[in-house]
Amino acid sequence: MQTPLRIVIAKPGLDGHDRGAKVVARCLRDAGHEVIYTGLRRTPEQIVRTVIDEDADILGLSSLSGAHGHLFPRTCELLSAAEMGHVVVFGGGIIPDADRDALYSAGMKAIFGPGTTSQEINDFISTIMERMSLDEKVGCGDGNDWKWGD
Amino acid sequence: MELEEARDGSRLALSRALTLVENGAAFSTEEEGIILGITGAPGVGKSCLVDQLAKAYTERGEKVAILAVDPSSPVSGGALLGDRLRMDSADLEELVYMRSVATRGEAGAVPSVVIGMTNVLKECGWKRILIETVGSGQSEFRIAAIADTILLVEAPGRGDVIQAEKAGIIELVDVVAVNKSDLTGAESTAADISNALSAGSKEIPVALVSAHSGAGVSELIELMEKAGGNEISRTRWRERMYSEWMRLLTQHPDFENTLDSLESGGIDLSQAIEKMR
Ligand code: B12
Ligand SMILES: Nc1nc2c(ncn2[C@@H]2O[C@H](COP(=O)(O)OP(=O)(O)O)[C@@H](O)[C@H]2O)c(=O)[nH]1
Ligand SMILES: [Mg+2]
Repeated sequence: MQTPLRIVIAKPGLDGHDRGAKVVARCLRDAGHEVIYTGLRRTPEQIVRTVIDEDADILGLSSLSGAHGHLFPRTCELLSAAEMGHVVVFGGGIIPDADRDALYSAGMKAIFGPGTTSQEINDFISTIMERMSLDEKVGCGDGNDWKWGD
Repeated sequence: MELEEARDGSRLALSRALTLVENGAAFSTEEEGIILGITGAPGVGKSCLVDQLAKAYTERGEKVAILAVDPSSPVSGGALLGDRLRMDSADLEELVYMRSVATRGEAGAVPSVVIGMTNVLKECGWKRILIETVGSGQSEFRIAAIADTILLVEAPGRGDVIQAEKAGIIELVDVVAVNKSDLTGAESTAADISNALSAGSKEIPVALVSAHSGAGVSELIELMEKAGGNEISRTRWRERMYSEWMRLLTQHPDFENTLDSLESGGIDLSQAIEKMR
């Protein structure tokens, strides 16, 4: 058996919508990964601390409150500063198309909106696993331009 | 390499060293520490109480490491590790280290790799270690292989509370905490348990606590200190043997292949056991 991936699912900021994050956490568990759910209202600093303590490979951020534009890039920045730039960061929630390029430039590899299926999320994770196994650098601080959907 | 840096205080290196051991590397240490095992049924408030205990120890100036165990799915192998949700203390920066651990296909409330993980923590200066087991029943006492002190958490309104008279984990427990003392019924639950325990040979103190308000937590800590360390009894060595045997088996390089052969009908169980020797 392969060692499971360790994935942190986090809710940054004051956003109280947690259904989506829980759906995604369960979907990833059912696909065989170890999912650490942080609960609501975490700061980027707390999220990075969690990723370090849990030695996670992947971080998923969920936001429906409109604060993603600040919180997501800030989290990526702090990860890189903490020598955790190899961590793959993706996210979802209510994220207007117009905001997405900035998030990709910050190092995020995928953004999923309402109606996303488990299949899509699992396909993304499989692709990431494949790329990791080929030693391709796809972490948030690796400066790799590739993103999901390219 | 990880270990050097981890000893020097790098959190990142500590996490990576723990991952190596979690994935099967053996690790032992000469360093001492105090390991408290927190066990009890799901929902009684183990995670919340661990959080309160961690805060109380840090207020006394101690560093605290927490290992919180949750079950892996036997089907997908995945796990939802949600204890952190209840643990604000994990944000106490340098004073608290908190790590979630999945059982990864092992039966029992504490996987065998946890002993090695506590050794890594001790080696790196984390002497006060709290282990939250999987929410478990009477007949689960693998925690005895690891913990110096065992705390059983109970809560009011659980029909089967008066299991206290029966054989099982209760015989190995050092202190019982009846949590949720803010709810009605907690006092009578505590009285019932004290009563049932008074028939036994060993004196086991029962404490009333509220993991929500923090009431009773410092008294609980005192009781645990008085209860002192479990001497390394025969039972404990037995559980350690089981645990280490399990680790050797599940880490055997042919373990998964052998499962494949069993599944496809290529070999039978006794042949499989022969291969694992
Ligand atoms: C249910 C709901 C609530 C519930 C939340 C209950 C809960 N515990 O979650 C309640 C009633 C409490 C609520 C309150 C509020 N809400 Co509300 N709410 C919704 C609603 C109708 C549905 C959200 C939902 O649960 N969807 C179901 C889940 C499964 O989907 P999801 O979260 O989108 O997740 C999916 C994807 O986005 C993606 N995904 C999400 N996160 C992640 C993370 C990763 C890593 C990945 C891979 C994928 C992923 O995958 C998921 C599965 O497909 C939305 C409207 C909408 N249609 O989205 C508004 C909405 C989000 N709410 C809104 C607002 C404004 C509020 C309030 C501020 C006040 C108000 N006016 O009602 C409060 C604020 C609460 C707070 N403290 O933050 C706005 C947000 C506007 C914005 N961002 O610009 C929305 C969009 C409604 C609107 N059109 O105005 N809300
Ligand atoms: N009223 C009350 N509820 C509590 C207390 N401690 C925990 N809980 C609640 O009990 C539930 C389970 O707590 P948790 O710590 O996750 O239990 P665990 O499964 O044993 O780890 C949660 O909803 C807690 O909020 C307490 O002291 N009083
Ligand atoms: Mg728990």
